[in-house]
Amino acid sequence: MAVTETPTRERAPEPQAPPAGRPARARHRAGTGLGLGTAMVYLSLVVLIPLALVVWRSMERGPAAFWQAVRTPDAWAALQLTVLASLAVAVINLVMGTVIAWVLVRDRFPGKRLVDALIDLPFALPTIVAGLVLLALYGPSSPLGVDLAYSRAGVVVALLFVTLPFVVRTVQPVLLELDRDMEQAAWSLGAGPWYTFRRIILPNLLPAMVSGTALAFTRSIAEFGSTVLISGNLPFKTQVAAVHIFGQIESDHQLGAAAVSTVLLVVALLVLVTLDLVQRWGARRG
Amino acid sequence: MARYLLRCTALVYLLLLLVLPVGLIGWRTFEHGLRPFVDSLTTPEALHAFRVTIVVALWAVAANTVFGVGAAILLVRHRFPGKRLLGALIDLPLAVSPVVVGLALILLYGRFAPLGGFLERLGVQVIFATPGMVLATVFVSLPLVVRAVAPVLEEMGDEQEQAARTLGASSWQTFRRITIPGIRAALGYGVVLCLARALGEYGAVAVVSGRLVGQTQTLTLFVEERFQNFSEGDAFAAATALALVAVVTLLLTKLLSPKGGT
Repeated sequence: MAVTETPTRERAPEPQAPPAGRPARARHRAGTGLGLGTAMVYLSLVVLIPLALVVWRSMERGPAAFWQAVRTPDAWAALQLTVLASLAVAVINLVMGTVIAWVLVRDRFPGKRLVDALIDLPFALPTIVAGLVLLALYGPSSPLGVDLAYSRAGVVVALLFVTLPFVVRTVQPVLLELDRDMEQAAWSLGAGPWYTFRRIILPNLLPAMVSGTALAFTRSIAEFGSTVLISGNLPFKTQVAAVHIFGQIESDHQLGAAAVSTVLLVVALLVLVTLDLVQRWGARRG
Repeated sequence: MARYLLRCTALVYLLLLLVLPVGLIGWRTFEHGLRPFVDSLTTPEALHAFRVTIVVALWAVAANTVFGVGAAILLVRHRFPGKRLLGALIDLPLAVSPVVVGLALILLYGRFAPLGGFLERLGVQVIFATPGMVLATVFVSLPLVVRAVAPVLEEMGDEQEQAARTLGASSWQTFRRITIPGIRAALGYGVVLCLARALGEYGAVAVVSGRLVGQTQTLTLFVEERFQNFSEGDAFAAATALALVAVVTLLLTKLLSPKGGT
């Protein structure tokens, strides 16, 4: 969660008081209040109150009922699958995303610009289309003869598809900015390629790799559209948490839906807050 | 040697995960020519889905553009306690599952919810109707315009705005003549991203729309419903149409990108 900090420019003295009316500072402050109020009302009506109601609904009958709803066998299985699949997806993204970013920055081959442009496609493509597209290639009528439909591997492939850009796009700019003098210095002092990578490049890339991976993880645990078709929605086998919640809503089990939703919200927020703390710690350490 | 190994690994991965699947669906759609594609997309249901999608997306983009510009100005140009918190709250929707978005909106705007019941008595149905779908779309694409505009506004500085004000321009004049031209490209970028997300949203809309065929069915819902009902041709055609929109979006964002198309 990047938060914009304003420079101290606002503190600078106002160049000149406007010719008439209230002093500029007071008018500015009134504008701030009005703007902030409007923004908060809007945010509350669209985002905050609805989300608060989800948490409240899940706790309405006490923590015991909440826990019982979470530990319902199918809900628990769905949550377990979601977290495990998302961890696998995060690790694969960590490695493959870094490799792809490396190739896009350091390698040269015809068509590189096109490949670079393709990376963003999963963000632009609607998730249901992503699911359909993967089912066409890795489904029952697969021209490659690989049928991953209704399997956990299929779920992982769908999650890999939608999270592809995260690590690539966070590592790529850092790699571009990286000073190559250091690497050359290491080389000239006799370090081998692997040693140079491990001691010089990796420490510089690590923050970007970690934040990209964390974003990919939070996206994975929340994912719905791309997994709907390929997972076939089999409870205990391929049903991920979001799909489970959808089923609970459709059958009007609001408490169950709200409880699993709350768990997803808490996990996502924990990951993002940890990421923010780690980044600030890293920034302070220089 | 290691270089070729890395290059091959990256390209094969992208080929299997991205290029082949997307290419295959294009081929499956057009393998019998353009005719079936056009036929599938001009049935009354498909045309209705197009209409619903566009109406919902336009409302959502309009709302997010106004809020996005306002919130960006608030975050960059004003000082107030809790600014970091406001920034974090604006980013919150990115961390929420689309299905949870739908559930959250039902809990506030559903027929048996306090606010939903009140609105229902006024004759406004939110859930299972267009307003709910617009709300869901606004929710999922909320941060996109703010996050596109805020950095540019920050970089632009406010010297010109202050100069305009010293010369007697009103706030509105300053905004229209100085601020808007300065952020035009970033605003375009944010709006395109937001529009793409709005046209392609599936999960949140699936929950709040009730998926009523011919009433609240958007194009993404049409894809799913057709596929489940074994009309693969229609599903592929609509999916290809959406994918084409995605490709156009991608090209537009490359052109408008604040980094200058790198």
